[in-house]
Amino acid sequence: MRMKMWLSALIICCGQFLFAQEYFPKNDGVKSRNNNYTAFTNAKIYLTPDEVIENGTLLIQNGKVVAAGTNVEVPENSMTIDLTGKSVYPSFVDIFTDFGIDKPKRAERSNQPQYDASREGYYWNDHIMPEKNGVDHFSYDAKKAKSYLKSGFGVLNTHVPDGIMRGTGLVVSLNDEATNNERILNQESSQFLSFEKSVASNQSYPTSLMGAMALLRQVYHDAAWYAGGNAEVRDLSLEAVNANRNLPQIFDAGDKLNTLRAHKIADEFGINYILKGEGNEFERIEEVAATGAAYIIPIAFPDAYDVTDPAMAEKISLSDMRMWNQAPTNPAVLAGNGVPFTLTTSGLKNIDDFHSNLRKAIAYGLDETEALRALTTRPAELVGMGDQIGMLKPGYYANFIISSGDVFSENTTLFENWVQGKKHVINSMDVVDIRGDYDLKVNGSTYTLKITGKIESPKAEITKGETTYASKLDYKNDWINLFFDPEADDTAAFTRLSARITDPLGISGNGVSASGKSLNWSASRTAAFEDKASEKAMETMPVMPVTYPNRAYGNKELPKQQSYLFKNATVWTSEDAGILENTDVLVKNGKISAIGTDLSDSGAIVIDATGKHLTAGIIDEHSHIAAAAINEAGHNSSAEVTIEDVVDSEDSDIYRNLSGGVTSIQILHGSANPIGGRSAIIKLKWGESPEELIYENSPKFIKFALGENVKQSNWGSFATIRFPQTRMGVEQVFKDYFSRARAYHDEWETWNNMSRREKERNSKPRYDLEMETLAEILNKERFISCHSYVQSEINMLMKVAESFDFNVNTFTHILEGYKVADKMAEHGVGGSTFSDWWAYKYEVKDAIPYNAAIMHNQGVTVAINSDDAEMSRRLNQEAAKTVKYGDMSEEEAWKFVTINPAKLLHIDDRVGSIKEGKDADLVLWSDHPLSIYAVAEKTMIEGTVYYDYEEMQQRHEEVEKERNELVNMMISAKNKGMKTQAPEIKEEEEFHCNTLIYQK
Amino acid sequence: MKSIRSIITSLTLLLALTLSAQQTPAPAQQEAVLITGVTTHIGNGEVIENSAVGFAEGKINFVGPASEAESGSYGKVIEGNGRHLYPGFIAVNSTLGLVEIDAVRATDDIEEVGGIIPHVRSLIAYNAESKVVESMRPNGVLMAQIAPRGGRVPGTSSVVQLDAWNWEDAALKVDDAIHMDWPSRYTRGRWWLGEDPGLKPNDKYREQVDEVFTFMKEAKAYLAGPQQEINLPYQAVKGLFDGSQKLYINVDDSKSILEAIERTEAAGIGKIVIIGGDNAHLVAETLAEKNIPVVVKRPHRIPENSYQNVKHPFKLASMLADKGVMVTVDVSGQMERMNTRNLPFYAGTVAAYGMDKEDAVKMITGDAAKILGIEEFAGTIAVGKDATLFLSEGDALDMRTNKVSEAFIQGRDISLETHQTELYKRYSNKYDNQE
Repeated sequence: MRMKMWLSALIICCGQFLFAQEYFPKNDGVKSRNNNYTAFTNAKIYLTPDEVIENGTLLIQNGKVVAAGTNVEVPENSMTIDLTGKSVYPSFVDIFTDFGIDKPKRAERSNQPQYDASREGYYWNDHIMPEKNGVDHFSYDAKKAKSYLKSGFGVLNTHVPDGIMRGTGLVVSLNDEATNNERILNQESSQFLSFEKSVASNQSYPTSLMGAMALLRQVYHDAAWYAGGNAEVRDLSLEAVNANRNLPQIFDAGDKLNTLRAHKIADEFGINYILKGEGNEFERIEEVAATGAAYIIPIAFPDAYDVTDPAMAEKISLSDMRMWNQAPTNPAVLAGNGVPFTLTTSGLKNIDDFHSNLRKAIAYGLDETEALRALTTRPAELVGMGDQIGMLKPGYYANFIISSGDVFSENTTLFENWVQGKKHVINSMDVVDIRGDYDLKVNGSTYTLKITGKIESPKAEITKGETTYASKLDYKNDWINLFFDPEADDTAAFTRLSARITDPLGISGNGVSASGKSLNWSASRTAAFEDKASEKAMETMPVMPVTYPNRAYGNKELPKQQSYLFKNATVWTSEDAGILENTDVLVKNGKISAIGTDLSDSGAIVIDATGKHLTAGIIDEHSHIAAAAINEAGHNSSAEVTIEDVVDSEDSDIYRNLSGGVTSIQILHGSANPIGGRSAIIKLKWGESPEELIYENSPKFIKFALGENVKQSNWGSFATIRFPQTRMGVEQVFKDYFSRARAYHDEWETWNNMSRREKERNSKPRYDLEMETLAEILNKERFISCHSYVQSEINMLMKVAESFDFNVNTFTHILEGYKVADKMAEHGVGGSTFSDWWAYKYEVKDAIPYNAAIMHNQGVTVAINSDDAEMSRRLNQEAAKTVKYGDMSEEEAWKFVTINPAKLLHIDDRVGSIKEGKDADLVLWSDHPLSIYAVAEKTMIEGTVYYDYEEMQQRHEEVEKERNELVNMMISAKNKGMKTQAPEIKEEEEFHCNTLIYQK
Repeated sequence: MKSIRSIITSLTLLLALTLSAQQTPAPAQQEAVLITGVTTHIGNGEVIENSAVGFAEGKINFVGPASEAESGSYGKVIEGNGRHLYPGFIAVNSTLGLVEIDAVRATDDIEEVGGIIPHVRSLIAYNAESKVVESMRPNGVLMAQIAPRGGRVPGTSSVVQLDAWNWEDAALKVDDAIHMDWPSRYTRGRWWLGEDPGLKPNDKYREQVDEVFTFMKEAKAYLAGPQQEINLPYQAVKGLFDGSQKLYINVDDSKSILEAIERTEAAGIGKIVIIGGDNAHLVAETLAEKNIPVVVKRPHRIPENSYQNVKHPFKLASMLADKGVMVTVDVSGQMERMNTRNLPFYAGTVAAYGMDKEDAVKMITGDAAKILGIEEFAGTIAVGKDATLFLSEGDALDMRTNKVSEAFIQGRDISLETHQTELYKRYSNKYDNQE
């Protein structure tokens, strides 16, 4: 105990020396110092959110808390402030701001793409700026500080919000009277990161979210390698990464799925990111909670949309409407699921709105103590300052709010916000509280006067019996002016009263009657004011249930795996067994358990499939749905990126694909560069999280591309400097990368075979994500699916592959495959093609719908793919076109969209056909599955029905009903005078090979 | 032996190559033809089993039971053997022949500069020798309206048949309609200026609508006067006021559709057709009452938004037809020219989601002809009309059975070979010869 006191004393001592002014010369007066104490007595004090004392005393000196409690001895040299009836809270802390930082200047647009970095001595990528120190860009903004102080904030963590690695932030006290020497509590408090590129540089890479993720990983690998002394050159960025490693890492991630993406990287490198979210974490709360990470949460809840025009309302999506309705529950949901979070003003158009939004969050279930933690102790701890700010304990900074009562109540007045022991007045404490009920006597009549509202801005209501009189109250500088219309009729004739307030129990003054005669009046208090607002919860709306995903057609509950028995179906096995009439198929534990006749199973749900067709689920070898980004076009090779990082489980196209009988897809990287990115092979488990969609032990694939897209033929005259610009160059790109990958692989093998002593004498090779991926191809552990059109380039890639002793797995598109089908068969490569697309670019002028048939006839494994969100839900029809063009047998045609793509994707041991033991990924069709009239009635993945035609119709009706309810709620919100916003309609982006979007 | 065959094949191929620019249009019908033993889809919703259809000098002169046909009076009798006979399918609001390769700007003649340019005519740019056009015929698409795209009033369309030496030969109805793109109630933020790229209400909507109807008013006034000064745009819309031309209005939302109806009525424009019509089902009663047809936007498309019925694009045409609106479907959208050959399958999909199959045929034959105003001589298999028809192995709305074996345009026996079938044969032969 004594020890502790000593320590406290020491801290206080040290604290004093921190004040820079101590040794500064002074020329405008004498240099005396004030070592007086200030004592705040008789207050309700929140020492911490969980420790509250009544009638307590807070003693401060030199900007710090000396003591706080009920038994504090007030020294003689104290100035005492009586806070009877008032409350004291630690001032709030916001650790995610750009306070005092100028908006980063945008780079001028250039007339050519920029591939290399603009800087020297730093990392090769301009968007990696860990060496940037926010403090170098900081200048105290007194005006902005005022608005923070007004809302109760005392300390902010601020940073330069620009780039992927943004460098360090600093912790600043909102102390107007001090200099930066005193205000800046920690000039390297934390390191900031995001997925967004710097606006200050035009360097292309990364052009996508997945590129940003790969870049971050590479930086961490490089930093570790650099720290081991293996680099031959200096790199100030990598040095900064290593120097900042032990700081709190604040990641501005945004959308809930992006927070999970950031967390995934953190996990891989043993880092803890503090995740700045967007306010929609409740939509995937389980995954958010499972990260175990701390979150920084905005409370900028959306305003209601203006939906009075039905045509306009029609344009607002259900998810946007729901966000308005559900977002206020987000903090409560996070708290309820044990997610440690802090709140931020970030995202608010006006910081003054902070309290009203916070009250909303509380009305929607956020516990007040948790709210207080989220604003004080938690942010302090997150930036490593839990021992200095966020509480009112000895040795802590004297940062506190004095309020008239419960800080979260609407009628509470914030009087003062003290920061580092310096007073900032928000509302004068000297204002006499005149709120209460009075008997008002004017001109011989007695009225009832009720004064409510806030102390500094009270409101009046004058009544007599049943009659209410129009009135207005003005209260300023101890004077009240009250006028009202005593006739309560249409004529505007006001009685005007005024009085100086000395004692609120009895007010008296003079005035002028409605007819212009002077008069005296008085009001005597009959009852004190009761703050009903704090008791009465803010009015809330019914909250719509969250669905998975939280948009139209989402699941209220995730569908469950069950046993099913399909009776009497026409079964298209996609196996040698062919097409079986009148056959039963039993599904158990997610697998096809039996195929036969007269099957029975007591536990299974029986589906009468008489007259219907049962097939394996369709597999789309080439899809771009369900991804947040498709192309990393910043380099001519982007083997380091993976679509698995950016799987978007919330894309409506997943459900639409299910409606067309599709159960598995390969999400391919786009075709912006010869060596694209790694694929994600997923099952369309609508409602599950991104990680749940990805195949377990997924075969490894990568997208390559040839032709017009990779040589940027159709990108305009802007893009003419990147190698390659010709098919000749494309070959050299491959040769170069594969040669380097082989050398890289050998280098590591040599290293791995070295003895420890040899390792000490040699430099460790640099770990390179891109080369790792390419080495996997050389080692036949990763397969290529190559976008291709004309025969020359198809031939070329096969020859390049052969010279490096591996095979190309799949040519996708492969529209001139028919010209080299014999060579393809010999090489052993598959062809995944369109049924009938052509004429959209020069390189497809010779594309023919007979392509699939010719390749098949030459012994190539052929699949029909979509590369298109619309076509993918009609792949059964596209397969049928090979019957029309090229006379494929119907059985073969069906394989083009089931077992053949499964073979090409190396998942044919699990899916693609109806065979005992395989995954029960099945589709029940109303008709012959190749017929234009076939409708997918049920689509099942691993024994779970994810789509049912009838249920879809029902869900559509529910969507309409819910939209209507939400519209009505918004209209009533508008009628109550709440803010509304004009509809802003988001259009869905459909992705293709050449889509260049950073993140959907 | 094998080498001789190779030489012959090579020679044939060489010949084929030199001729491969485009299939030679068929000469005028010489002898009368009777197709018998077929299931005839009339194109008006009716179907006749075991029937016969005869035609001479380009015109149909017999439609009826096979047993009643006088085969003796026909120079050529084609045995149908149960095949299906259809009137040629008609693609409304197409851009066939205006672009050859989408990505090659030099081949692109689809959009002229300017906002209100009704005088710009698609017909003269229509490339009768397009390889994309010839690929329509093996699928039964034999006629098309060729429409310009682009600005507010991008120009005047014409209706053509798809086997011709040049655009004059091709024309079935010259300058049949004026096309208009109704102003959008929403605009997109300019992302390159840092604005949100989402749609926002269009502040200029009113102004943009008024601009068109001020133009129409001016044109009407001009046409009533002496017309001493030549004004090409005003003269171009004359047909809208005398009823000889229709105004095709591309518009989706229901409110704008109602507005379009009212504004055109007030402007004295007699006949309009709605194109697109994604929300037309909300005003179907009005459309039916006023006899305004709808060219439903390509059914093979993704719903406009996440909350629309997953099958809405498939269902829209039948929802409208059920309420008495005359409908057809178009092919507009991405890769629309090469996709125009899929028109029958768009109709098939409409049939899969609610419409009677024969009504789906009618939609792209008889009704399409009525919408285009060519029903007097085209659209159905009826005596006196053009013999523009084709034989399919089976149901032509289903890709499984759409196998066109013979096709006639105005009685001319047209080739079903294309650039694509030639390549198919060329490479099939290559591999056959390797064996």
